[in-house]
Amino acid sequence: MADMINTVNMERLKKGEVNLGTSIMAVAFEGGVVLGADSRTTTGSYIVSGLQTYPNVRDQAHLFLNLCNTFHYHAQFYAAQHDSRPPVHTIASLFQSLCYENKDRLSAGIIVAGWDEEQGGQVYNIPLGGGIFRQPWSIGGSGSTYVYGYCDATYKEGMSEDETVNFVRNTLALAMARDGSSGGCIRMCVITKGGVRRIFVPGNELPKFWEGAELIETKRAISGKPEISLPATAGEGMVVQ
Amino acid sequence: MSSIGTGYDLSVSTYSPDGRLFQVEYAAKAAENAGLAIGLKCSDGIVLAVEKIVQSKLLVKGANRRIMSLDNHVGMVSSGLLADGRHLAKRGREEAQSYRDQYGAPMTLKVRPDKPASVVSSLMAKGWSSPCSQALIERVAMYEHAYTCYGSVRPFGISTIMAGVDKTGPQLYVVEPSGSYYGYRASAVGKGKQLAKTELEKLDLSNITVKQGVMEVARIAHLVHDDNKDGNFELEMTWIGPETKGFHEHVPSQLLQEAEEAAKRALEEAMEED
Repeated sequence: MADMINTVNMERLKKGEVNLGTSIMAVAFEGGVVLGADSRTTTGSYIVSGLQTYPNVRDQAHLFLNLCNTFHYHAQFYAAQHDSRPPVHTIASLFQSLCYENKDRLSAGIIVAGWDEEQGGQVYNIPLGGGIFRQPWSIGGSGSTYVYGYCDATYKEGMSEDETVNFVRNTLALAMARDGSSGGCIRMCVITKGGVRRIFVPGNELPKFWEGAELIETKRAISGKPEISLPATAGEGMVVQ
Repeated sequence: MSSIGTGYDLSVSTYSPDGRLFQVEYAAKAAENAGLAIGLKCSDGIVLAVEKIVQSKLLVKGANRRIMSLDNHVGMVSSGLLADGRHLAKRGREEAQSYRDQYGAPMTLKVRPDKPASVVSSLMAKGWSSPCSQALIERVAMYEHAYTCYGSVRPFGISTIMAGVDKTGPQLYVVEPSGSYYGYRASAVGKGKQLAKTELEKLDLSNITVKQGVMEVARIAHLVHDDNKDGNFELEMTWIGPETKGFHEHVPSQLLQEAEEAAKRALEEAMEED
């Protein structure tokens, strides 16, 4: 019985299906995008950074590794034929058609985000059936369902790069706290005209939010000061840096 | 017949001793004598026009369109054998559509028109295909070129103006039956092309807008046409510009009528001065 509780019951999954617990996110800002993912992978969450498509793959996700290599190839081929790197939209379209053509075999929600000369920072969400939707921000994975409200309440147009990084970090931390299939550390990358910058947030340095009254009481007792400042009005959100 | 060709003009796959392909040159002749087509690249778009000689009074006015769209943002008009032009347009449409299917984006006419091909020579050295192979004009031109390489086919009897507005801005090219193509700011193909080109050269092509272009192209078409020699004609005109939001569309009939009336007035005034 203990096994049944503590592990994923593989019998309940479809044949060949894997449990894709994770939280991923991408947000566009003036001049670029921020991508982020947590590190807990039952099978997969990956950041493939931008137009250069360097596969930065953790765990044993052979399918996605293959995909990334394929798209790295596509991007290079495009560059050779067009004498310029493919726009973000083009890469997203390639993923989209692949997801659509193979919708009966794939179960992957993909976010393609990057920066190009034509349209600046862009985020494309490619959900399960193989659609393609450009969005200012996009979240995905099992953890995302917990934080849609937070994103709606927090996202503002015209955020700076630093504000956007904070937004991604906070959102993922909240998702990881609520979602049992998400957790660990946060990896982010910022893609701008200048290139790719990677940011790592270790698991013990995640931003803290209200995670249970007892916890806060304990911390107050230790530090002697409040860990969080509660919002004065309901409209102000509850971000704590 | 004995002075030209002398047996070297029977096949497109045989050179003459001085290195010419007569069949390709004859194909160009077929294009030279058909109705005039004019293409104009403006600062904010492009204008295409064709002079259609009225072959029969029974033909319906406004039917029998000659300017074709290859994609939303690309127009094409050819002078010469009509069916050859339509066949080439069909091929161009297939190319444009297949690019859209593959990349989810409209095809550009030329890859990086601002950059010389030598910049990518390092990539070609690695064995990549031609750096232009994903450009619409290149695909269409290479298709035409293939028809100059085999004894079993004849070259296209058309000169073609292809023009469009893509992410790099307005573009205009002329493709010859040989498969060679050149980019222009403005050009004319077909009967009277020399006179038309001389008139086009007088325009301030760097600053002209499509709206001004429509007027000028109508004027040139009427100037070049000789009613006594060629009979009546109908002017068909399309454009891409701010007014069409980047789409290749026919010039509204009212504007076209205004342009033609202005053209006729200008001609009459010029006649009186003489």
